[in-house]
Amino acid sequence: MKLNVNGRDHDIEVEPEMPLLWVLRDKLSILGPKFGCGIAQCGACTVFLDGEPVRSCSVTVGEVSGAVTTIEGLMPDGRMHPVQQAWIDEQVAQCGYCQAGQIMTAVALLEAIPNPSDEEIDNAMSGNLCRCGTYPRIRAAIKRAASANAGA
Amino acid sequence: MGTLGKIARRTFLIGTGLVAGGLAVGYYYYRRPYPNPLEGELTDGEVTFNPYVKIAPDNSITLVAPRAEMGQGVSTTLAALVAEELDVRLDQVTVEHGPAGHAYANTTMLEEGVPFPHFDESTIAELMRSGMAVAGKFLGLQGTGGSTSIVDGYYRMRQAGAAAREVLKLAAAKRLGVEPGTLWTSDGVITDPASGKILTYGEVAAEAAALAPPSEIRLRDKADWKILGKPQKRIDMRAKVTGAPIFGIDVRLPEMLFATLRMNPYRGGPIVGLDAGAAEKMRGVVKVIRLETGIANGFAVIADNTWRAFQAADAVQAEWGKGAYPPDDAGIFDAFDQALRSGDASYGRDDGNVETAFADAPRERIVEAEYRVPYLAHATMEPMNATAQLKDGRLDIWAPNQMPTLIRQLAAKAVGIETENCFVHTTYLGGGFGRRSDVDYAIYAALVAKETEGRPVQVTWTREEDTQQDMYRPAAVGRFRARLGEDGLPVAIDMRIAAPSIIASILPRYFPSLSPIGPDKSITDGSANQPYTIANYRVGGVKAPVAIPVGFWRSVGNSFNGFFHEGFLDEIAVAGKLDPLDMRRKLMAAYPTAINVVDKVAAMSRWGETLPAGKAKGFAFTLSFGTWVAQVVQVADVGGRIRIEKVWCAADPGQVMDPAIFEAQMMSGIVYGLSSAIGEEITFADGAAQQSNFHDYGPMRMFQCPQIEVGLLETAHRMGGAGEPGTPPAIAALANAVHALTGKRIRSMPLSKEVEFV
Ligand code: FES
Ligand code: FES
Repeated sequence: MKLNVNGRDHDIEVEPEMPLLWVLRDKLSILGPKFGCGIAQCGACTVFLDGEPVRSCSVTVGEVSGAVTTIEGLMPDGRMHPVQQAWIDEQVAQCGYCQAGQIMTAVALLEAIPNPSDEEIDNAMSGNLCRCGTYPRIRAAIKRAASANAGA
Repeated sequence: MGTLGKIARRTFLIGTGLVAGGLAVGYYYYRRPYPNPLEGELTDGEVTFNPYVKIAPDNSITLVAPRAEMGQGVSTTLAALVAEELDVRLDQVTVEHGPAGHAYANTTMLEEGVPFPHFDESTIAELMRSGMAVAGKFLGLQGTGGSTSIVDGYYRMRQAGAAAREVLKLAAAKRLGVEPGTLWTSDGVITDPASGKILTYGEVAAEAAALAPPSEIRLRDKADWKILGKPQKRIDMRAKVTGAPIFGIDVRLPEMLFATLRMNPYRGGPIVGLDAGAAEKMRGVVKVIRLETGIANGFAVIADNTWRAFQAADAVQAEWGKGAYPPDDAGIFDAFDQALRSGDASYGRDDGNVETAFADAPRERIVEAEYRVPYLAHATMEPMNATAQLKDGRLDIWAPNQMPTLIRQLAAKAVGIETENCFVHTTYLGGGFGRRSDVDYAIYAALVAKETEGRPVQVTWTREEDTQQDMYRPAAVGRFRARLGEDGLPVAIDMRIAAPSIIASILPRYFPSLSPIGPDKSITDGSANQPYTIANYRVGGVKAPVAIPVGFWRSVGNSFNGFFHEGFLDEIAVAGKLDPLDMRRKLMAAYPTAINVVDKVAAMSRWGETLPAGKAKGFAFTLSFGTWVAQVVQVADVGGRIRIEKVWCAADPGQVMDPAIFEAQMMSGIVYGLSSAIGEEITFADGAAQQSNFHDYGPMRMFQCPQIEVGLLETAHRMGGAGEPGTPPAIAALANAVHALTGKRIRSMPLSKEVEFV
């Protein structure tokens, strides 16, 4: 089976019903996407499939036809993505375990809606749990990244 | 275990001999009670000065922050303590957790375990505190918990930095032929202002490490601090926004196998039957093994990837024996109620004479209430996991954990090797909240590693297992009464609280031969030790004998006592027709620090200003872990549902080492508390927990999260913690706000059983 992740092709031999998350983590050692629930409830495993955010724990590898992007693919030239930079500027992360998923969802939100309202932020981000309660700083970081967008 | 058992038994009695013994705490450099664990870990040319500092010839500087980084920013702040005195910038050092070592014992954590309120500094309380600290050192317990890390590190980390700086200066002075006092240090460089000559720390490190530090080292005055007291960029932020593989679950080793486990959902029950025939034939499955421990019984599936292990675990047929507790909530809470009615209470507080005060109280002057809270899960975002390798008599364990020395000892014992042949590597923690001060996951991983012929194996729990095999926050019930005076203020308060003892649950899990004795102060923590003056004031705790495993959950006993005490005070204020915040101020008059935070939060939240219809505020105060916290929560009615709009929090921990990190911790604690109040609950039916994953154990999501404003004060004269004190008052302030909004007094958690939240 072929799988394209972050612009690289991989040949893998697994059951087609294996969730994409576990192929990434245990077969390819791409460890940015995290395991939190396994049932599309927490968002820790969020990756892009052809640019759309999906919960990789709940997509089987057999269903994947397009390109997969994980957080490792956000900075192809090694430079921080503006959303990651906003996360640093607002000092968002605490334990950090949810943050790869939060950032992936936020990147997708800002691509769809460059200047989201509070409600649009809440709607887009509510599938991503954070047990450390970083929500207020995530909101601030998304706004910061949005205004950087507007400035650019 | 023999000697340790004896020592531990003595120390849990708070051994009188040890109190007098006087092992100096915090003066590692002069007395060296333990070997420096970094000696064995040096790379080429690197030298170490003490357990916290390593320097290489190329001037790369490594600081050790020996506490678990679970989000609370402790690695940054502990490194800052060393860096401040060592005269290096935080962005020029590498920070490591370091190995498990007795030199890193957390003495403050045990000090705060004594049954005295934080503000009681009488001789006996101080004596008990220092006695416990000595015991902690003696036991060499390296732990992260009780919001103690910074308090514990405040002197010794700065001393570590200063001691290293002084020998570096001595070595440089020798080389340059000048007096050490004339040299300047900054940014890892020593300058001789007379000659303009410059030496890096790395250039003189090898000579310096051989020198003894001067016997007197003066720590810098607060006024001269360059790093401490100011917000720093967290040292772990870049790794955490790039998805770096820093967590336990990200450990990858050559030849590594993957496993998962399923333990009996009837907690503590035995395995009656196990049929792994079908599972063992599944693709990628290596084997299925039984895990029978004093903690829980079940099985593990070892496979070539985690998902295959999960699948095969589903295919194992297990028959489970029942646990030794009532099978459902009705029976469980009956046992609690019985304990409340007839159990022996120990009184954390007994001022005046409560019985006399109630004997002649007129009916209309009495307020009575019963409160209740459920069991709660920790639900760390990273499910429990650990990776272990047992090869040639050496056991390595990689685990996100809060108790490395305990793991070292117990995992070694589980596989039958000596403690010194066990090596614990503490990764970053994807959340701890107290769950990872239990060490079950690490012991299980060690046992699984026994079966893999020297190959490393990562044992990952499913979320379901994480939820069902948690060591829960204890459920608790309380019965309270108050007598009001003519002015509406309480002249008598009598509280009786029943909850399982946490220490009585934990000790037998890990030290079956030890029996905890005496009262468990965590049952009344947050009710018995609050800074109020009431003429007749009694708070009693009763141990509820329910054998469901319980553990430390962010803020421990305060997590329910904050609600009990402050919810009941709110009821008293309503009954006495007093403003609840005003009433607190009157009762707290003897404690200026308490008044300071109450006044601060009143100003921040514009308490007392009239709100538009459909909005209301609630207030609560809790002193816990040495930090004084007052909060106001504002709620709004949106079409019959309640939205939590805003939280104002004023906190006084005495001294703040990093205001940005401290504020983040308060925020985090508030969200954690509110989250429990609006919808978290573990219930039991047919002997097992009914919740299993985030669909039925639902933490707060972003759309439910209020705005949070934190104000800090530094007036308390002892230093308090950051990680936990934000949680207790948030729960009570929300319940009180809901009452103010709806007129409904909800006395049991979660509030969502009686009102609907957005
Ligand atoms: S692990 Fe995929 S949504 Fe939780
Ligand atoms: S930062 Fe810990 S779960 Fe979000």
